[in-house]
Amino acid sequence: MSAPLLDLRGIDKSFGPVQVLRDVAFAVHPGEVTALVGDNGAGKSTLVKCVSGIYTADAGEFFFDGQQVTIHNPRDAAALGIEIVYQDLALCDNLDVVQNMFLGRERRRGLILDESTMERLAAETLAGLAVRTVSSVRQHVSRLSGGQRQTVAIAKAVLWNSRLVILDEPTAALGVAQTAQVLELVRRMADNGLAVVLISHNMNDVFAVSDRIAALYLGRMVAQVKTTDVTHAQVVELITSGRSGELGLRAEGSAFDEYDLNGAEE
Amino acid sequence: MTALTTAVRGEPAPVPRATLGSHVRDYLGRVRGGDIGALPAVLGLVVLCTVFSVMRPVFLSTGNFANLLTQGAPVTVIAMGLIFVLLIGEIDLSAGFASGVCASVLAILLTTYQVPWFVSVPVAVGVGTVIGLVLGFLVAKVGIPSFVVTLAAFLGFQGAVLLLLKEGTIVRVSDNVIIAIANKNMPPLFGWLLALVTIGGFALVQLVRWALRTNRGLIADPLAVVLGRVGLVTVLVGASVYLLNLERSRNPQFASLKGVPYVVPIILVLLLACTFVLGRTAYGRYLYAIGGNVEAARRAGIPVDRIRISAFMICSSLAAIGGIIAASKAASVDPNTGGSNVLLYAVAAGVIGGTSLFGGKGRALDAVLGGAVIAVIINGTNLLQLSSSLKFISTGAVLLLAAGVDALSRRRAAATGHG
Repeated sequence: MSAPLLDLRGIDKSFGPVQVLRDVAFAVHPGEVTALVGDNGAGKSTLVKCVSGIYTADAGEFFFDGQQVTIHNPRDAAALGIEIVYQDLALCDNLDVVQNMFLGRERRRGLILDESTMERLAAETLAGLAVRTVSSVRQHVSRLSGGQRQTVAIAKAVLWNSRLVILDEPTAALGVAQTAQVLELVRRMADNGLAVVLISHNMNDVFAVSDRIAALYLGRMVAQVKTTDVTHAQVVELITSGRSGELGLRAEGSAFDEYDLNGAEE
Repeated sequence: MTALTTAVRGEPAPVPRATLGSHVRDYLGRVRGGDIGALPAVLGLVVLCTVFSVMRPVFLSTGNFANLLTQGAPVTVIAMGLIFVLLIGEIDLSAGFASGVCASVLAILLTTYQVPWFVSVPVAVGVGTVIGLVLGFLVAKVGIPSFVVTLAAFLGFQGAVLLLLKEGTIVRVSDNVIIAIANKNMPPLFGWLLALVTIGGFALVQLVRWALRTNRGLIADPLAVVLGRVGLVTVLVGASVYLLNLERSRNPQFASLKGVPYVVPIILVLLLACTFVLGRTAYGRYLYAIGGNVEAARRAGIPVDRIRISAFMICSSLAAIGGIIAASKAASVDPNTGGSNVLLYAVAAGVIGGTSLFGGKGRALDAVLGGAVIAVIINGTNLLQLSSSLKFISTGAVLLLAAGVDALSRRRAAATGHG
């Protein structure tokens, strides 16, 4: 088994009196899709925002490719090769596919934008992901369907020297056929050697593409398991109650005492 | 600049060549989908010119054509600046009076303090830049809606102009260079030279771009469309220069009057500069991105606040240039310079030209096209000797119409998935 690309240990994060993440450990391996699951409010988004540098964790250690790193802002994350595809896509409707894919990181020759290089690279990246649904890279994003937009958002993340791509609910708003296309894309990214984190509520999606499942429950990482080792029902149990048989939180008493000590009193 | 992943690259399918037919179909599809671009401006120009020339044949005289250009120039330049602010989804209601303040500064420096024009002009434009900096700061950093900030500034600058002009005196401008901007013409030979440079430059840029894109297998417009565009510019520029080079003095022995007004090359240079900035630089791209989706722009690492402030600075600086042209045209500055309808005309010019009030859509050329429509309206209603009441009502109606077309085309675009 390969060493993890991203390895988080003991991450704590509070917003005022509310502790959202408690002593979270999280590992992501290259060439694999790691599904991050959990109910609403379990801390998935907060964890992702800590990784992407939008929030700074209160405590804990970040290891990236074996090196201890600190991530203070989105630029730090981007410099490491961490890209995030947000749920609300973050595309500009009034710009075309190429312009969106290079937004904020345009290629230039002197003052002038190097449109032809950008257009070629965008087309190559889409071709590399075997995307055939986007007919012209010069059409405005407003003319694309939901699945095509998601594809562009993912291709945008892959375009850079990215090593870890985090997808926040990429299929939430899509139809059946489009969901299949996007999941295929997710799988292909991992097969290309990228580490992929897939945040999803949809167990079918999770079992269709992921190699590992990490379950958060009320701000705690209750299990990180291989997808082949667990069943659908076990994962649902982990999400809803924090444990499932041998997996997850230990019996009530000890676990809660331990976390209470780490938690609110500080 | 990060390197690209080598893992995820492939050979793209060859781009299908666009033909004239597919290009026309695409264009008609866009128009039907609500992306009408400059169509209202072009149609408006045709209709208005027909109506006015039928009702007042003098409208078609070469003298009036030159008048149109100099009358429309201040509004066009102010509108060009406004487009930067409109692009990011904001508005500057104070641009008119900002131009008045800058024109007053210019006139006072020139006339009261005898400062040479090459110092006064940069100072006046600098005052505009500072005004924009303050407005932009209040909008981007303090977070006051631009509508309110610039409405307050609209009132404040009106007062500032009165203050500068000692509660309403008229300051005459007699500097030859400044007067020449809107009142003197280039020698005919220079006019033809200008036409040659304009047409040649345009053709070169268009053809080189077409050739490069075609060679590299990128999406390019069909050659026929490119040549058509070059042909259209050639005809328009050639005809305009020819007409302007005709004698238009009623008494040529006494004083000859022919040539392209100096304000035309000034507007051309500004148009070129703004088009370049908006279309070919990363800065321009960021303006569109902020107007399209601020959150996406922020996540892409674009310094949103700084770009917003800079858009207001460009707007007010161009307003200052508009004010200088207005001062030149009138050979004086009074408390009404940049006041009354100027701002509404400028906003209307941008919107008629095809710039959206909702942000993210617009070109520098829109200001020129819309400015032409506005100039025709001002000029025509003057020739028809309409009463002030009717002029106000017609101007209001035109602005409302333009904004209505903008809103409806946007709704249509949203409904059909065009953008």
